Amino acid sequence: MPRKSFRQALNEAMRLEMRRDPRVFVMGEDVAGGKGASGEQDAWGGAFGVTKGLLAEFGPERVRDTPITESAFVGAAAGAAMTGLRPVVEIMFVDFMGVCFDQIFNQAAKFRYMFGGKAVTPMVLRATFGAGTRSASQHSQALYPLFTHIPGLKVVVPSSPYDAKGLLIQAIRDDDPVIFLEHKAMYDDMGEVPDGAYVVPFGEAGVLRDGGDVTIVAYGRMVGRAMEAAARLARDGIEATVVDPRTTSPLDIDTIVETLEETGRLVIVDEAYPRCGMASDIAGIVAEEAFGLLKAPIQKVTPPHAPVPYAPELEAAYIPSVEKIEAAVRKAVGWTR
Amino acid sequence: MYDAPLDLYARMMLIRACETQLNDVFARNLFPGYIHSYLGQEACAVGVCSLLGDGDKVVSTHRGRGHYLAKGMALRPMMAEMFGRASGICGGRAGEMHAADPAIGVLGGNGIVGAGLPIGAGAALGMQLDGAGAVAVAFFGEGASNNGAFAETLNVAAAWRLPLLLVCENNLYAEMTPFADTVAQPRVAARAAGYGLPGETVDGNDVFAVRDATARALARARAGDGPTLLELETYRWGGHFEGDPKKYRSRDEEAAWKARCPVARLRAVLLAGSDADAARLDAIDAAAEAGVAEAIRFALDSPLPEPERALDHVYAA
Repeated sequence: MPRKSFRQALNEAMRLEMRRDPRVFVMGEDVAGGKGASGEQDAWGGAFGVTKGLLAEFGPERVRDTPITESAFVGAAAGAAMTGLRPVVEIMFVDFMGVCFDQIFNQAAKFRYMFGGKAVTPMVLRATFGAGTRSASQHSQALYPLFTHIPGLKVVVPSSPYDAKGLLIQAIRDDDPVIFLEHKAMYDDMGEVPDGAYVVPFGEAGVLRDGGDVTIVAYGRMVGRAMEAAARLARDGIEATVVDPRTTSPLDIDTIVETLEETGRLVIVDEAYPRCGMASDIAGIVAEEAFGLLKAPIQKVTPPHAPVPYAPELEAAYIPSVEKIEAAVRKAVGWTR
Repeated sequence: MYDAPLDLYARMMLIRACETQLNDVFARNLFPGYIHSYLGQEACAVGVCSLLGDGDKVVSTHRGRGHYLAKGMALRPMMAEMFGRASGICGGRAGEMHAADPAIGVLGGNGIVGAGLPIGAGAALGMQLDGAGAVAVAFFGEGASNNGAFAETLNVAAAWRLPLLLVCENNLYAEMTPFADTVAQPRVAARAAGYGLPGETVDGNDVFAVRDATARALARARAGDGPTLLELETYRWGGHFEGDPKKYRSRDEEAAWKARCPVARLRAVLLAGSDADAARLDAIDAAAEAGVAEAIRFALDSPLPEPERALDHVYAA
């Protein structure tokens, strides 16, 4: 199978869907980048180059640079979706969703329910997220719990190029608004990705590793760190199951609980803030639904409840590390009443 | 689309009867929610929507019943929606501020001031890419013109030459605060120039003036020349919602505006011409009152939504 980058996998997903369905179009800040200027017309292809090359194939009507007005173009996506188009919108950083949050959680998320099923809102909001690029407090957050909190939004956090392509195709074909979050430090990650179109369904967790001693649940960039921690722990005879739920909404809690029947210990790794984050959410659901399976207190590995710092040393200390995951697993495995 | 003066009158009277009777129902404590009355603004909705075809889209506000009825939403399911009944146009989930009927181009009321503007731009983008010559209309109040979504939408709609009518119903009050107290430039239409689109102020209580301005804006939009901002000067007879004691304004001011009643003005025009006599107009009034009364009975007699179906249309639960 060909090996491709996370970025290339996402680009392929959009390209294939735009070929397949003329209603699909992309818009956002600099998704072409430079259109109408004196130099290269597709100079950027989005701030991280994910939409590069789409302009040449699909033209400016379907690859639409926008002014820096997130309320206008996210709201326009919702309105366009209600009239039958299938917009794929790029928000450069998930942090910027603060300026158009009304259009996301009061508007797009509500139409299908509020209008009694008379409208659907097939739109995808792609955005980068996550710390690790020295971008500091306003360009580094992992805000997927905010969207997970809102009924009416589907929320996707892929952890590999393969999943990224299949989940994005699923998102574009989905009739409901999807928040699709791409970790900005993962765009150059390589992995096996088929050339053709395929979908990875929402609400189905991936089990990346089987082990009988502990279940580690992780999202996005934390999946790789969880896998590395699991490999290190295996050298000491501690065997971990690693679960990537892939989507925070819908959430595949069943797979997590099934693994706990064997492991009885749960460590949740989350790059989001700890209060009302996915780690807290999953811990709460497991405590309610599977208390009897637990042999040890649930361990959460998250950043502190604090903004993301800039200085490299501070930022590195902020992000959950392999060492912290390892320590949390050892604590869970070694716990005695 | 409806053009005959008597049809315009009948539609305005339908809205008038609807709003009057709903206020009465509310006063008798038979209404489950709040009422944001459209009384006094009937010429705005009818003047604009009477020129729209089935393929044209309308985005409404929290004060939306005039738009719904003017665009052709069926009276009984609309009324049942107001009363939260299973037979409501949205099954009782939308209620008084949010009804929608996309099949006839009503893309929804909106409980958030200004939020419909970008959605209207998106609907216009859909119409532009569709290429069939349809347009979108975004209704909003003058209060929304101070919102960021207004500025963003005017800019992008003009830059992309979207087939969009931006229709501001300037009823002078943003909830309870007089608009003039919140701005240095109280002429909403004047803001259009800053974004490179035409803006026009119109007597919003004169249905023919509204129609003339709408026709100009529609011609521009359908020809691919882009959006127009229309400012319709009108007056909200009621408070922000029913029960608002309106202490912030004088009874004299209200009386002066009621003397400019849009329905009475159209009636006077019709009586002065040869199209209708008083008996004919009285019959239209009576039919509107009877139709609304019947619709309210239909709503009150309709079954309540079943609690076990409260989660219909929920996804990603």
